[in-house]
Amino acid sequence: MFDRVQIPERLPHCPGVGYKSQHFNDLTEDPGTVGWLEIHAENYMGAGGRPLAQLRHLSERFPFSVHGVGLSIGAEGPLDPDHLARVKRLCDWLDPAVFSEHLAWSTHGGAFFNDLLPLPYTNATLTRIASHIDQVQDVLGRQMMLENPSSYLAFDESTWQEPDFLRELARRTGCALLLDVNNVFVSATNLGYDPRAYIDAYPLDLVGEIHLGGHDEDHDDHGAPLLIDSHGREVADPVWTLFDYTLSRCGPRPVLIEWDNDVPDWPILRAEADRAATALGALAA
Amino acid sequence: MSVDQGSFRAALLDPERPVPGGLRDGAGRPAGRRFAVYRNNVAVSLTDALETGFPVVARLLGPTNFRSVAGAYLRQYPPRSPMMMTYGADFPGFLQGFEPLAHLGYLSDVAALEYALRESYHAADAGPIAPDALAAIPSDALAETRLTLAPALRLLRSRWPVHDIWAYNTYKDRPKPRTVAQDVLVTRPDYDPAPHLLPPGGAAFIDALQSGRPLGAAVEAATQAQADFDPAPVLTLLLTERAIVSLS
Repeated sequence: MFDRVQIPERLPHCPGVGYKSQHFNDLTEDPGTVGWLEIHAENYMGAGGRPLAQLRHLSERFPFSVHGVGLSIGAEGPLDPDHLARVKRLCDWLDPAVFSEHLAWSTHGGAFFNDLLPLPYTNATLTRIASHIDQVQDVLGRQMMLENPSSYLAFDESTWQEPDFLRELARRTGCALLLDVNNVFVSATNLGYDPRAYIDAYPLDLVGEIHLGGHDEDHDDHGAPLLIDSHGREVADPVWTLFDYTLSRCGPRPVLIEWDNDVPDWPILRAEADRAATALGALAA
Repeated sequence: MSVDQGSFRAALLDPERPVPGGLRDGAGRPAGRRFAVYRNNVAVSLTDALETGFPVVARLLGPTNFRSVAGAYLRQYPPRSPMMMTYGADFPGFLQGFEPLAHLGYLSDVAALEYALRESYHAADAGPIAPDALAAIPSDALAETRLTLAPALRLLRSRWPVHDIWAYNTYKDRPKPRTVAQDVLVTRPDYDPAPHLLPPGGAAFIDALQSGRPLGAAVEAATQAQADFDPAPVLTLLLTERAIVSLS
């Protein structure tokens, strides 16, 4: 169905934020530079009530991105058809500009772990994930975007580099890619490679959306820095620098500020969006 | 060496298990505590979800005890669905059978009330009948009238003062709960669910209405539970809380 890779062009090339219900009034009164919103699909799968009412209202004003965190596209087992049907219901109802998911797994044996778990990059996992992406795109009747993960460890058995693995998945399935620049910085620090080399290797022409978020700092058994993708604070300065580098390579893109834990008051989140808008503006100048 | 998701999963939920082989840091050394990031993410995110979903249980137990109870629960009952809004449906039952908390008999019902509030929050919308629609029914037809109640309605029967325990730990200036059995009705007039204390017989009355019995039969069922049951205050509650969605 999606035999030519094209990046989705329905989100504006301006900042968006991950939507939190406590910001409902702020967004309607004072959105600042924020031009679109992203939601986690799984939080809007109830039958009714305030969450859906707020979406109904906001969708009249903002384009939406639906970001799944529960399809478990990287799982060894088959996709959960009931859950895929729920995602479809939400997408059919909200008609978001884009739908995205993760290069990760989160369910096994019927249990869901509420975390994005890593997988080895092999020919076997490539084939399986490609078939899962095909299935998602067939059921949803739309192209999806796949996001690069944050990594804390590597698999002995991996035979592919992550950017090549993602490029090949996009080639086989026609999916687009979501580039999380914070994840690149976190993974590069944790696994000891150059984040700019990763950006250089990434198929930037397939990127339909960029993510930025905050991370925490810890250390591993050997005292080496271990960064944790926490989405609980401001985007770190070196991540902004890597973001500037990315924009210089790929041009303007829709950019999301993710802040999911210890969600701040609106002015703080707005300031992060403003900073992204400034970087996008500098590009145009 | 390959790592299948089954062994990854087993080590994820059981910190006593060794980290699976075949996982490395960037320099090719064993992953070690890097694996603990995933263990920690899972345990913390599920514990946080339970704490958000069961604030009164968390308050009654205190943060340290709650996190320990949540840790036992999430290992025995990891979520069965990516819809985290449904996580904790088994928590009341788990608490009831959890030996170390057997002296807090009411805890399970408090958890059930909190889960009922959450279910109500996400339930389907349904507009109420006109305020005078019930009064417009001729009195001789009233006994045969059936009421369809809002999908957001939840009913909880308890042998504990579950309503007062919840209120005492949620609002300021509520009286200390006395030892008394309490039945609770959760309503959601717009988007905010709230619990209401039902009079004796009220739960039997609403239960009968919900199972499709007409008003007359529902009153009869309630009278068996409470001989002098008066349906008027319960019907008023249903009307003011916009909980009746159709009459037939």
